[in-house]
Amino acid sequence: MDWGLFVQLMINGLIVGALYGVVAMCFVLIYKASQVVNFAQGEFVLIGAWVCWFFLTKYQVPFFVGFLMTLAFMVAFGILIQVVVLRPMIGEPVISVIMVTIGLSIIFQALMKWAFGVFAQPFPPIFARESVAILGLEVRTVYLVSLVASLGIMGGFAYFFKATRMGLAMRATAFDQQVAQSLGISIRSVFAMAWAISAAVSAVAGVVVGVVNGVSSALSFIGIKVFPAVILGGLDSIVGGVLGGIIIGLLENLAHFVDSQWLHWGNLIEVVPFWVLIVILMIKPYGLFGTRDIERV
Amino acid sequence: MGERTATPQEPLLTVEDVSLAFGGVRALTDVGFAVERGELFAIIGPNGAGKTSMLNCISGRYRPQKGRIRFQGRDITHLSPNDRANIGIGRTFQNLALFGHMSVLDNIMVGRHHLLRNNVVTGALYWLGGARREELAHRREVEEIIDFLEIQHVRKATAGTLSYGLRKRVELARAVALKPDLILLDEPMAGMNLEEKEDMARFIVDLNEEWGMTVVMIEHDMGVVMDISHRVMVLDFGRRIALGLPAEVMAHPQVRRAYLGVTDDEAAPAAETAQ
Repeated sequence: MDWGLFVQLMINGLIVGALYGVVAMCFVLIYKASQVVNFAQGEFVLIGAWVCWFFLTKYQVPFFVGFLMTLAFMVAFGILIQVVVLRPMIGEPVISVIMVTIGLSIIFQALMKWAFGVFAQPFPPIFARESVAILGLEVRTVYLVSLVASLGIMGGFAYFFKATRMGLAMRATAFDQQVAQSLGISIRSVFAMAWAISAAVSAVAGVVVGVVNGVSSALSFIGIKVFPAVILGGLDSIVGGVLGGIIIGLLENLAHFVDSQWLHWGNLIEVVPFWVLIVILMIKPYGLFGTRDIERV
Repeated sequence: MGERTATPQEPLLTVEDVSLAFGGVRALTDVGFAVERGELFAIIGPNGAGKTSMLNCISGRYRPQKGRIRFQGRDITHLSPNDRANIGIGRTFQNLALFGHMSVLDNIMVGRHHLLRNNVVTGALYWLGGARREELAHRREVEEIIDFLEIQHVRKATAGTLSYGLRKRVELARAVALKPDLILLDEPMAGMNLEEKEDMARFIVDLNEEWGMTVVMIEHDMGVVMDISHRVMVLDFGRRIALGLPAEVMAHPQVRRAYLGVTDDEAAPAAETAQ
């Protein structure tokens, strides 16, 4: 047993899990507000990372400026996708909307490969110090920043939904669109806003992962990993999404530890989240925090 | 009630020859009426007569195929439901439609949505941007509404946990919070016991008289309708069959036949007891 590796992997799991949580939150946000299961969430992550990389390497802008430009771009991008592609789909069968988002995902994948190539590209170095020592553990600065960013985003979401006018409008819309409209809330702008926030925040996750591992089309794997996370938490619970993300992050690293120490099957880290997904769907079909559909006869 | 008909100004709400069909089903056929400012107007009729369809046309949920709806002199036929709410048309729903997971206070604050001006950024600068002042002003107004509807004791409670009568009251409070000029009430007293009905009737009359809101309501309880409404319109199979003062409408033979299920020969003696 190598306890050093164990601790390292658990910290890894927490950090990656927090990132999953952030993307899961974005996924839930879109689902809650507009009842769209967005299979292109992973591509939002990917596009955000590539766009930021593009600003940083081609225009040599400072990281902070490039990051803000990326956010602005993603907000516009999210609104564009909602207005052009998904607004006409309102009222269409769920399966059609799902096919559209899968289509979007494939198109964006190809588009990104075409525009930026198939090889992983490293971000220019951002932090002066590669790593800092915390309690005797060497932690890479980017990991630390990514954890802080994730927590910051979660706090921001909580504030947004609890204390702002738009947040309240979004909660109302998620609950009952008709009633929300009768109270003067514009459903269109709520939908557009949900997509804008979701795209921008996903991009933050993309940038963080990109800074750590470099940018490549493999980044959209986060979109796939997010499904077990949101199913675990319950499709329509934002807190559930966060917790689900962290649990999945921890679980896959735990699986990796078990694998590397004893089993030596290889690649357990990739599969375990989906085993968990299947088991959860069998035991708790609505996830940990999801709303149960009650059928009254 | 004669002084109202004497006002020279344009009616608050005018519905002109509205027709609405769902496929082959004609929900409304050439229905027209006008509601004066300050009036308490009731729509009655048997089930499936098109009462709620009419209300939905006014609130913007349905678009009539034919006809026009004018509010404060402006054609609103093609306005979206949320825009109509913003220019002063509030409504409640026949089935309870509260935001069940939110507190009573939050439910009512959603009703203030279009009146709140602060956004995420100014809201974050709570102390600087006037957001605090705005919030306080709104809270005062909301408290006033809460006091008026006598729901002080449940203001922090989760809306979904309240009793039926209270929920109906909170729903009314939420619509009132919009500060509408015209409030549409879809069966505000359905499923209530006698005491709750009396309370609700009192609230509606106060809304109309003290708060100056024009009320259009659908109600099945004939006693309440006769007692509190100024004028009554009767719909049957999507057509307007009578419109006038409550007593006039009740005496109308077609109304008696359609709504009360009374045949013509019975109608004469029954009309006397109604007055």
